[in-house]
Amino acid sequence: MVPADRKYTQEHEWIMVDGGNGTVGVTEFAAHELGDIVFVELPSVGATFKQGDTVGTIESVKAVADLYLPVSGEIVAVNDAVATSPELLNSDAFGQGWLVKVKLSVPGELDALLDAAAYGELLGG
Amino acid sequence: MDDLAGLKTTPLTAWHRAHGAKMVPFAGYEMPVQYEGVLAEHAAVRERVGLFDITHMGEIFVDGPGAEAWLDGLVTNRVAGVAVGKVTYTAMCKADGGVLDDMLIYRLGAERWLVVCNASNHDKIAAWLRAHAPASSVRMDDRSDATALIAVQGPDARELVGRVANLANLRNDIAALDFYTAFACPGASGEWIVSRTGYTGEHGYELYLPNADALAVWEELLSRGADLGVAPIGLAARDTLRFEVCYCLYGHELEEDITPLEAGIGWAVKLKKDAFTGLEALRSQQAAGVPRKLVCLEVTGRGIARQGARILSGGRDVGFVTSGTFSPTLKKPLALALVEAAVPAGDVMIDIRGKGVEARTTAFPFLAARTKGDPKAPRQLT
Repeated sequence: MVPADRKYTQEHEWIMVDGGNGTVGVTEFAAHELGDIVFVELPSVGATFKQGDTVGTIESVKAVADLYLPVSGEIVAVNDAVATSPELLNSDAFGQGWLVKVKLSVPGELDALLDAAAYGELLGG
Repeated sequence: MDDLAGLKTTPLTAWHRAHGAKMVPFAGYEMPVQYEGVLAEHAAVRERVGLFDITHMGEIFVDGPGAEAWLDGLVTNRVAGVAVGKVTYTAMCKADGGVLDDMLIYRLGAERWLVVCNASNHDKIAAWLRAHAPASSVRMDDRSDATALIAVQGPDARELVGRVANLANLRNDIAALDFYTAFACPGASGEWIVSRTGYTGEHGYELYLPNADALAVWEELLSRGADLGVAPIGLAARDTLRFEVCYCLYGHELEEDITPLEAGIGWAVKLKKDAFTGLEALRSQQAAGVPRKLVCLEVTGRGIARQGARILSGGRDVGFVTSGTFSPTLKKPLALALVEAAVPAGDVMIDIRGKGVEARTTAFPFLAARTKGDPKAPRQLT
């Protein structure tokens, strides 16, 4: 299941844009591949990053993965619920398992991201 | 995807694949790392009962009039003179005291023994045994490729193993089997060995079976244990289970450049024995002071310390994490670390991917094993 209402990266992040802000998470595939997620570290609100910067860490019992920001911008919110309940990433990666909200500084960066069909192909291929 | 082509399989590999297991390469075998998920599998073993396919382990049978003295001279623990049916946990060391492998040695008869080694070290141990075998009086029969091994672990393991039809008339013997003892009995395709052992810290059994009997027994355990909530368990949970009770794992706490005295398994090293490979080096180390020790750490800052992370005490690098993960039972990040013997108990820092994270030493083990006594005794959580 790849929701069509958002864009994706090759590294299995998603971003759903509403006005000038984007909500960012990792895909169901990424969460499943990591296994039971037990620790999430997120950036501070107000921090600014460039596209592709590492902004957080996601750890399962066995593995560690970096969270890359799909677009440049300022962090305007982080999901405190996943910090206390990391299992939300496994149970609802596209919904309650969102990670950060970012105020886009270069909206044009979205154009180069994958749409749902292209991301689906990436998973299939 | 991990490349699984060309790997060895077990009689249960097709079953694992058909039942949704994530398969990974491990010690030359294609093995299930998880089925439902490591947390659920871990809990199944702590609370109910789980089945593990650990067929990859090495089984080398040894017999002959010289076997007793010969094996005793190769391992740190005492196996000479033990009763038939006794299982002994031991290290096998090089002359310098470094650990070649940790293993179980079964006395199956007056002159018949079974050596069970780690899959990752099987070839090395088989070669070591061959290289050190006397010309006569000892015969070796490496049956690793012909022997399946199923571990049944958890508070309901005794009940479940007793339900296996072929073992039904042995229910009382199974119930009476002491921790670290075993017996052999006939099975459909040859000898079975029922062993009251395991590496989870729970009451449990390990069943050594001819390959041809493995699938039927596995499926029988699953069907007869449905009401007990039995579940297949992958290698990931096997690791977190042994970690919580601080059992050493080769490649982590044990290595060729770590001695058993450093790794905290000195109880399996009998320095008063007359001779074994590594004895002189280990006696010297004991006399001079064991330079490193294994410690339990609780990560109090934010992060999970993984194998290889450096430990800092008083601003100095004093050692490294040998195993670290999030403890599913205690629900916090914990680590085992090999550090300089002089490191005091208390606060240390762990370098987790370039960031200093606070941790402190804690009591050994993280979680008390329930291998002896009442398998359902209330767990003591610290």
